[in-house]
Amino acid sequence: MTFAAELPAWAALLTAALVLLGAGLAFTGSLGLLRFSSFYERVHAPTLATTLGAGCVLIASMIFFSVLQTRPVVHEILIAIFLALTTPVTLMLLVRAALFRDRVEGRTYDEAKTRALPTVKNAPGPGRLAPIQAEPNELPPTRHPDNGDEHDYR
Amino acid sequence: MSRWLPFPLLSAGLLTMWLLLNQTVAVGHILLGAALALCIAWGTRAVQPSKTRLRRLGAIIRLFFVVLGDIIRSNAAVTWIILRPGQRRGTSSFVDIPLELRNPYGLAVLACIITSTPGTLWAGFDSATGVVTVHILDLIDENAWFDIIKGRYERLLLEIFE
Repeated sequence: MTFAAELPAWAALLTAALVLLGAGLAFTGSLGLLRFSSFYERVHAPTLATTLGAGCVLIASMIFFSVLQTRPVVHEILIAIFLALTTPVTLMLLVRAALFRDRVEGRTYDEAKTRALPTVKNAPGPGRLAPIQAEPNELPPTRHPDNGDEHDYR
Repeated sequence: MSRWLPFPLLSAGLLTMWLLLNQTVAVGHILLGAALALCIAWGTRAVQPSKTRLRRLGAIIRLFFVVLGDIIRSNAAVTWIILRPGQRRGTSSFVDIPLELRNPYGLAVLACIITSTPGTLWAGFDSATGVVTVHILDLIDENAWFDIIKGRYERLLLEIFE
C-alpha cells in the first residue's frame, strides 16, 4: 500500500481510528456470540458488527478513498443499505425458527435459555469469560396459534 | 403515469442505486439506469405489492436520526453487557407490546429497526390482536421499552404511513 503514504495525517488518523473501532465492535459481537448462553441472547450479539461496526468501517473507507482520489466516493452507502435490509430479515427468520422448534419440542423459555450448544458448553473455552447465566422466564408462544393464520406477519 | 411508471419511488431508488454503483452521472448511465429502473418496476407489478403512500418527509428524516442515535447508544450498552467482567445473570426476556400500526410496510420498517438495534429483537407479530413480541437482552424496566417502541418509533411511523 505505497499509495497510502500520500494520505494526509488527519485522514490517516481518522481512518485508522474508525477501522479499529469497527473491528473492535465486530470482535465484541463475536465474543458475545461465544459468551451468551442461549440462542435468543446470542442473536443480539452479531448486530454490533452489522450496525455500528460496519458503519465505522464504511465511513473509514469513504474518507480514505475520497481523500486519495480527491473526489467524493460514496457508494459504500449501498453496502450500508443492503446490510440494513438483509440482516434483520435473516435474524428474524432464525428467531422464528428457534421459537417454532422450542414450541414443537415443548420446551419452556427457561429450558431454552439454559440450553447452550454442547461444543461451547463443554469446551475449556475462553478462560474467565464464563457464559452469562439466564433467569427463568416464560416462552411467549401461548398466544400464537400454530394453525396457519394466513395474514401472519410474524 | 401509472401505466409506464407503476412504482415511481422504486424506480427512483433503482436509478440512484445504479448511478451509485457505477459512480457516475454520465448521460449514458442515466439512460441505462432509467431503462433498468422502469423495466424492474414494470416487472414488479406481477408480484402485486399493495400500494402505500409515504407522508411527511420531516417525520422520515426525524425517524432516521432517532434510530441512528438509538443504534449508537444500544451498541455501547450491548458492548458493556458483553465485556463487563464476572459471571452475570442475564435479564433477557420477551415483552408483549400492543401496537396501533397496521400498515404492512410500517410494520416491516419497525421490524427492521427493532431487529437491527442491538439488544432488541422482533420475535413475532399477532395480526389478529396487533401485539408484537420483542425479545430484549437487558430488561430492567418494561415500561421504558413501551415508551421507546410506542412513543418514539410507532408515533413517527404512524405519521409516515397512515
